[in-house]
Amino acid sequence: MEVERAYDRWRRDYDAAKLRRPSFATMSGVEVDPVYGPTDGEFPGVYPYTRGIHASMYRTRLWTMRMFAGFGTAVDTNKRFREIIAAGGTGLSTAFDMPTLLGLDSDDPMSLGEVGRCGVAIDSIDDVRDLFRDIDLSAITTSMTINSPAAIMLALFVAQAEEAGVARQRLGGTLQNDILKEYQAQKEFVFPPRQSMRLVRDTIAFTAAEMPKWNSVSVSGYHIREAGSTAAEELAFTLANGFAYLELAREAGQRVDEVAPRLSFFFNAHIDFFEEIAKYRAARRIWATWLRKHYGATDERSWQLRFHTQTAGVSLTAQQPENNLARTAIEALAGVLGGTQSLHTNSMDEALALPSEKAARLALRTQQIIAHETNVANVADPLGGSWYVEALTDEMERQAEALFAELMQMGDGSMLEGCIRGIEENWFQRHIAESAYQLERAFNRGERIIVGVNDFLDGNEAEDLELLRITNEDERKQVARLATVRQRRDDDAVRRARERLATEAADPDVNLMPALIDAARCEVTVGEMMTSLAGVFGRYVEVPVL
Amino acid sequence: MTVRVLVAKVGLDGHDRGIKVVARILRDAGMEVVYTGLFQTPESVAVAAIQEDVDVVGLSMLSGAHLTLAPLVVEALRERDSSIPVVVGGIVPNNDVADLKAAGVAAVFGPGASDEEIVGAIASLVPPAE
Repeated sequence: MEVERAYDRWRRDYDAAKLRRPSFATMSGVEVDPVYGPTDGEFPGVYPYTRGIHASMYRTRLWTMRMFAGFGTAVDTNKRFREIIAAGGTGLSTAFDMPTLLGLDSDDPMSLGEVGRCGVAIDSIDDVRDLFRDIDLSAITTSMTINSPAAIMLALFVAQAEEAGVARQRLGGTLQNDILKEYQAQKEFVFPPRQSMRLVRDTIAFTAAEMPKWNSVSVSGYHIREAGSTAAEELAFTLANGFAYLELAREAGQRVDEVAPRLSFFFNAHIDFFEEIAKYRAARRIWATWLRKHYGATDERSWQLRFHTQTAGVSLTAQQPENNLARTAIEALAGVLGGTQSLHTNSMDEALALPSEKAARLALRTQQIIAHETNVANVADPLGGSWYVEALTDEMERQAEALFAELMQMGDGSMLEGCIRGIEENWFQRHIAESAYQLERAFNRGERIIVGVNDFLDGNEAEDLELLRITNEDERKQVARLATVRQRRDDDAVRRARERLATEAADPDVNLMPALIDAARCEVTVGEMMTSLAGVFGRYVEVPVL
Repeated sequence: MTVRVLVAKVGLDGHDRGIKVVARILRDAGMEVVYTGLFQTPESVAVAAIQEDVDVVGLSMLSGAHLTLAPLVVEALRERDSSIPVVVGGIVPNNDVADLKAAGVAAVFGPGASDEEIVGAIASLVPPAE
C-alpha cells in the first residue's frame, strides 16, 4: 500500500538524517515530534512533498538567510557583503543596478541617473573582481539576480572566480536567468523572447555540463506578485514558466532529470499569512505531480521543488515605516512555515529607499529571532492537517491547474509555446494588471485597510528615518572606473572576442557560453557584449497596453 | 472638455504596476490617457506630450532617478515652448519633494496617495475651458 510506504520512507530518511540538536522541545520542556499527522497521511521528504522536500526539514539545517544587497560601485557592495557575512548571513545575493540589468554600460547616455542606484553597477570583469574581493567563493553560495544579461554575468563570474583560483566546478549558487517573467512582469527585457530563450538554453546546458553545484534558473514568481497578481496567478505563472524551461532544455536534447534538479524557484511572501503558506504547499505538490506524471521524471530530486522566499516589497508602507518590521516578520514566518529553503527579509525603510545598514541588520535579526527563539523550526509543516490550510492548498492547486489548462491550449499542448504566446498576446499582462487594479479598488473603497495609509494615521508626521542616499558621486566614480578599463585593455583582443560572439550568435546550434567567458577575460564590457548579441538577435519593443 | 493626460515611464525603470493602475483611475474619472510605453527619454516624452496635445504629463518613477530625470522632462517641454505641467508619482522621499517642485514639477504623489487626491490634483492643473 503506497500510503503506508510514505510513512516508512519518511521514518527511514528521518532516522538517517543528521540533526542540529539531539532533541527538540518546547520552551517549557515538552519534547516534540519531527512531524505530526496520521501514519497513513503525507510526510515531508516523500512524494508529492506537500509537507516539505526533506524528511527532517529544519531539524537538519535551517533555511539559508540570504540577504539581497547591492548599491553604488562594486567596492561599496563588497563592503556590505562582508558586513552581512560578519552579521551571520549564510549566503550572498547580488542586486544589480538598472543599467546592468538592461545590459547597458555606466557611460551609456540611457544610464544617466541610474548608475549604482537600485543595485551595484557592473560593467566588466574588473568590477566583479572588486565585488567578491576577500570573499571565498568556494565556501559561500552566491545568487545573482539578473536576467537579460544573465549569460554574460555568469561568464564574468566564472572568469573572475577562475582568475582567483576557484574552478567553475566548485562554484555554488544561482542565476535568476528567468527571462519569461521579464516580459510578463518585471520588464527588464532586451532581446525578443525567442532569442532570449536561446541564451537560457545555453546557460542550462553549460551549467549542467560544467557547474554541478549551480542552479541555472531561479524561476521567479516574486516579480509577478509585486506587479499585482493574485497568489494563485503567481503560483501558476511561475510553475508554467518552470515547465517551459524544462521543455526548452528537452527540445535541445537534454533529459528532464538532467535539468529539473537545477531549477529552483523564488516566491513572494505577501501579507495574507495562510494563503501564502497554502501557496508554497501547493507549489511543491503541483511540481512533483507534473514532473512525475507529465514530464516522466524518475529522479526524486526532479520532483522536489526548492524555493527561495522574499517578503513582499509592495506590502511595505512609506507611512510609519517602523510598522514594516511587523509586516516583514509575519511574512517571513509564512515563508518558514511554508518550508522555504532560503529567505530574504525586506528592510523597514524600503518603501523609501534602498536599506540603510541598520535597517538591513534588523531585517536579518528578524529571521534570526524566528530561527532561534520561536521554536517554529522544530516541527516540519506544522500547519499540515489544518482544515483551513489544507482547503486553501487545494484551492491554490485548483486555480493554478485552470490557468495551466488555458496556457496549454494557447500553446497547442506545449507549455513553452503557451508561455511565449501568452507573452506575445499580452495574456499574462492583462491578468496581472486586472488583479492589481482590483486590489487598488478595494484599497480605495476602504475595503482593504493598510495601517498608516488609509486608517490609523496617528504618527504619520513623525521624523524621517535615516535613509541610505545614493549620490551622483557614485555614478561619476563608476564612469571613471570604466574609462580606466577601456583605456588599459587590449583593443585587438576586444575586437576579436566581439567578432567571435557575433559569429557564434548567428549560429543557433552553438553554445554561446565559451565565447562569453572569453570576452569576459578580455575585459569586454557588459554593454559591448549585449550590443554584439543585439546585432544578431534584435531588440524587443513592448507594445504598450493599458 | 475632456482632460488629456500623458502618463510616462522615463529611463530604465520597468516598474509599471503603478502607472497602469493610475491610468485606469484617470480613465475611470473621465480623463483621456495616453501611454507611450517603457524606456522613454525626456525628449521623447516632451515630443509626445506636445504632439498629443495633452493637458498634463504624469511621470511614474520608482527607481530613485527622479531627481535626475523629472527636471529633464520639465526642461525638455519648456525648451519646446510648452507650459504643460508635469506631475510625478512613485517612490519619492519627502526630502526630495521640495527639490522636485523647485525644478518645476507641479505635484508629487507618494505611495498611498488616494484616487481622489491624484484625480483632483491633475484636474486642478488644467485651466478651465475658455
